[in-house]
Amino acid sequence: MIYREAGQFKTTYAADQAIFPIAQDRVVVALAIAAAFLVPPLAGSEYWLQAVLIPLLIYSLAAIGLNLLTGYAGQLSLGTGGFMAVGAYAAFKITTAFPQVNIIVVFLVSGLFAAGVGLLFGIPSLRIKGFYLAVATLAAQFFLVWLFNKVAWFSNYASSGTITAPPRTVFGVMVTGPEATAPARYVVALTLVVLFALAAKNLVRGRIGRSWMAIRDRDIAAEIIGVRPLRTKLLAFGISSFYCGVAGAELVFLYLGSAETLAFDITISFLILFMVIIGGLGSILGSFLGAAFIVLVPIFLTNAPHALGLSVPVALQKQVELMIFGGLILFFLIVEPHGLARLWQIAKEKLRLWPFPH
Amino acid sequence: MSLLYAVFVAPFVDMATAPAFFVEVLLGGVFAGLMYSLVALGFVLIFKASGVFNFAQGVMVLFAALTLVGLMERGAPVPVALVLTVAVMVALAFAIERLVLRPLVNQEHIILFMATIGLNFFLEGFGEMLWGANVKRLDIGVPDESFQVAGVLVNKLELSAAITAALLVAVLAVFFQRTRIGRALRAVADDHEAALSIGIPLKTIWVIVWAVAGIVAIAAGVMWGAKSGVQFSLSLLALKALPVLILGGFESVPGAILGGLIIGVGEKLGEVYWGPLVGGAIENWFAYVLALAFLLFRPQGLFGEKIIERV
Amino acid sequence: MTDGTPAAPLLEVCEISVRFGALMALSRVSLEVQPGEVVAIIGPNGAGKTTLINCISGFYHPFEGRIRFAGRDRTHLSPPDVAELGIARTFQNVALFKGMSVLDNIMTGRLLKMRGSFVLEALYVGPAKRQEMEHRAFVERIIDFLEIQAIRKTSAGRLPYGLQKRVELARALAAEPKLLLLDEPMAGMNVEEKEDMCRFILDVNQEFGTTIALIEHDMGVVMDISDRVAVLDYGIKIADGKPDEVRQNPAVIDAYLGVTHS
Repeated sequence: MIYREAGQFKTTYAADQAIFPIAQDRVVVALAIAAAFLVPPLAGSEYWLQAVLIPLLIYSLAAIGLNLLTGYAGQLSLGTGGFMAVGAYAAFKITTAFPQVNIIVVFLVSGLFAAGVGLLFGIPSLRIKGFYLAVATLAAQFFLVWLFNKVAWFSNYASSGTITAPPRTVFGVMVTGPEATAPARYVVALTLVVLFALAAKNLVRGRIGRSWMAIRDRDIAAEIIGVRPLRTKLLAFGISSFYCGVAGAELVFLYLGSAETLAFDITISFLILFMVIIGGLGSILGSFLGAAFIVLVPIFLTNAPHALGLSVPVALQKQVELMIFGGLILFFLIVEPHGLARLWQIAKEKLRLWPFPH
Repeated sequence: MSLLYAVFVAPFVDMATAPAFFVEVLLGGVFAGLMYSLVALGFVLIFKASGVFNFAQGVMVLFAALTLVGLMERGAPVPVALVLTVAVMVALAFAIERLVLRPLVNQEHIILFMATIGLNFFLEGFGEMLWGANVKRLDIGVPDESFQVAGVLVNKLELSAAITAALLVAVLAVFFQRTRIGRALRAVADDHEAALSIGIPLKTIWVIVWAVAGIVAIAAGVMWGAKSGVQFSLSLLALKALPVLILGGFESVPGAILGGLIIGVGEKLGEVYWGPLVGGAIENWFAYVLALAFLLFRPQGLFGEKIIERV
Repeated sequence: MTDGTPAAPLLEVCEISVRFGALMALSRVSLEVQPGEVVAIIGPNGAGKTTLINCISGFYHPFEGRIRFAGRDRTHLSPPDVAELGIARTFQNVALFKGMSVLDNIMTGRLLKMRGSFVLEALYVGPAKRQEMEHRAFVERIIDFLEIQAIRKTSAGRLPYGLQKRVELARALAAEPKLLLLDEPMAGMNVEEKEDMCRFILDVNQEFGTTIALIEHDMGVVMDISDRVAVLDYGIKIADGKPDEVRQNPAVIDAYLGVTHS
């Protein structure tokens, strides 16, 4: 009975077009963001921050990026890892060449580099669609990873192409490098993902989002109302790759500390794709839910037998994990093919009416 | 100038001056290509009949090979193990139809694609749980040694594998062209509703294509496993099949075969003759770039028909 | 709405031909549409009506002949270019954006009127936000006009067929077109829905002065609402004129009844 919109009248179109038109939603979201900024850095353990929350935030950012491209603009991409690698290597090159530049600025500029590369590999999308395009993006994935591995210049001639995040500060606080504390890195990752999620939401509810979805839902009808397919798809590739690039830079600088090209291989492309799919195509919230699912389920499965007092051989546990993971994907698809975000929406609808059935 | 020479002239000079080596590279390419063809064939069969892009095809290859090796390790003679493995793959097809495809019937393609991703994980875990995850030798009784024909080294194992693959493809072709079920399958591929309206049960068709794809997976698994051992990397064959599908088209059986050969040969030639120019290891991405370049000129694939979009 | 002065035609299709393989879909078809007119294009199935509309909206390009709009040659433009000229259309088998709400579907009709940079839009401030609100206000007027207020927030894919057709019309109207092409706007509708749709088409023509060319099979409707009727048969235009004249035309009766007229 608490979750009601009765009595909340919208008197302007602005109020009706708002991201959270219902007052209760606004309160809950505001509280959640505040809690995310305050609780984990103060109360969370090093393990939770480092092994769970930081990767969760970074993957969420990449998932939002891919969701813009695949979920909103309808262009299936398997090149996420490649675009993330561009961001990571660009950030490394820039910050080692210009150590005085603020690391946040470095992240953003690296995102621009990734966007440029994304535009280039988005060009085939004019002529090819669907799974064919997915294969074209695989070309990006394999070629880029190979390039960073082969050309030693990208890793400043380190052996096996390893890049290591040098120590950098923001407002006098160390946020990258071995000295940086987990709470500091967490806050940077959280700030970026909140801002970029908001920006993504703004994009998809306006002119650009509508032209993306138009191309996705019915490209012929989209053209007839004046949407130019190439320009629209390339914009999606560019912006999506920007997000992935920033996430890639963060992955090395805020999470791994140092990484080889292996960190960006095809597995991560699939991982991000699964997050988008499980969370819900065409949903910003879904990107977070999907990332949480992919990060948390394996952790839960690893710890569950332990908590129950069972001792399971490591190999068997890994296999059972895979089976449960695959089984859960199937289960969710059969229960609700449109992802966790839709389940959430349905739950909210039910709550609005509760305790009445209709 | 010297770069142009290195790219456009030197490789061909190398080929001409060492013809025996060139033929060996070519044969290696053909062998790898046949493997890709077999995996691509599994994709095409399922895609044609049910419109499902089966991401789990690579894992099906792994699963089939693991099952076969597992049975042989437990003392089953090769023919018995083979028959049992076929039975397992057919049972798997039934299970997939019942548990995955039927609840998702009439969903969008992307959702079925995702379901096969889930299936991919499940099968990988299941296969390794049943049979163990370590690399296994698969001994099918043909020695991994070579003999010389006109100065060219030919590997016995590769040769027998190639012959088996060719036979299998021929059998499949006959199956599709001559048998009642084969014709029914093609009818379903052309038009689901029309097939239903003349009384071809979709359920049965799906079970059959998945079973056939499973049997093709056994063939691919046996050949690849005999050569390089049965291990997780087998499932990555699926990725290699993608550029093959691009070349051949998603719905064409001859396209899958020819596409596989082109990719296999192109990849080997590229790696041996042009790879050193850029530091090697181009095998990973060369096929994709080849497929991409091809797509820009012929988006419908080698044998695909040009689709006129109706408004 | 046609005023007395003999204005230049808004749309001139001059002797265009389209071929699909061996099939001549259109051969030397001409059509003129005056500003403010409602022109109906009729003909048996496969006569080339939709092909003609597709040529005008830039999907197909004729291998001979010219198309002029507002006095300028535009035979070889792409669909988005055609949209920019002020031509909007609907499709025979409704082509809505199924994953979007009705409101968003209609808002896409305003895309060409919107300007801005993605940076401002990502921030959702200043001109970007103001622009959203202005266009929302315009779209609300169309929603009122077509009486679809109640389904604003419904996902377009979940609507019944008749309403989908209406939403598609709304999307086309949102673009404030000079010329509106309607491909069978009343196909598959019941009598009531047809009456509504007729009313909307006439209202659009009279209130906004929009020129309309439509394909329709229902003869009663065609005769009632159109100023002029063009008849196609096997890719050839066999008649063109006032509804009453066309109805008496022996060639037209032949085409429809399939009998030879002596």
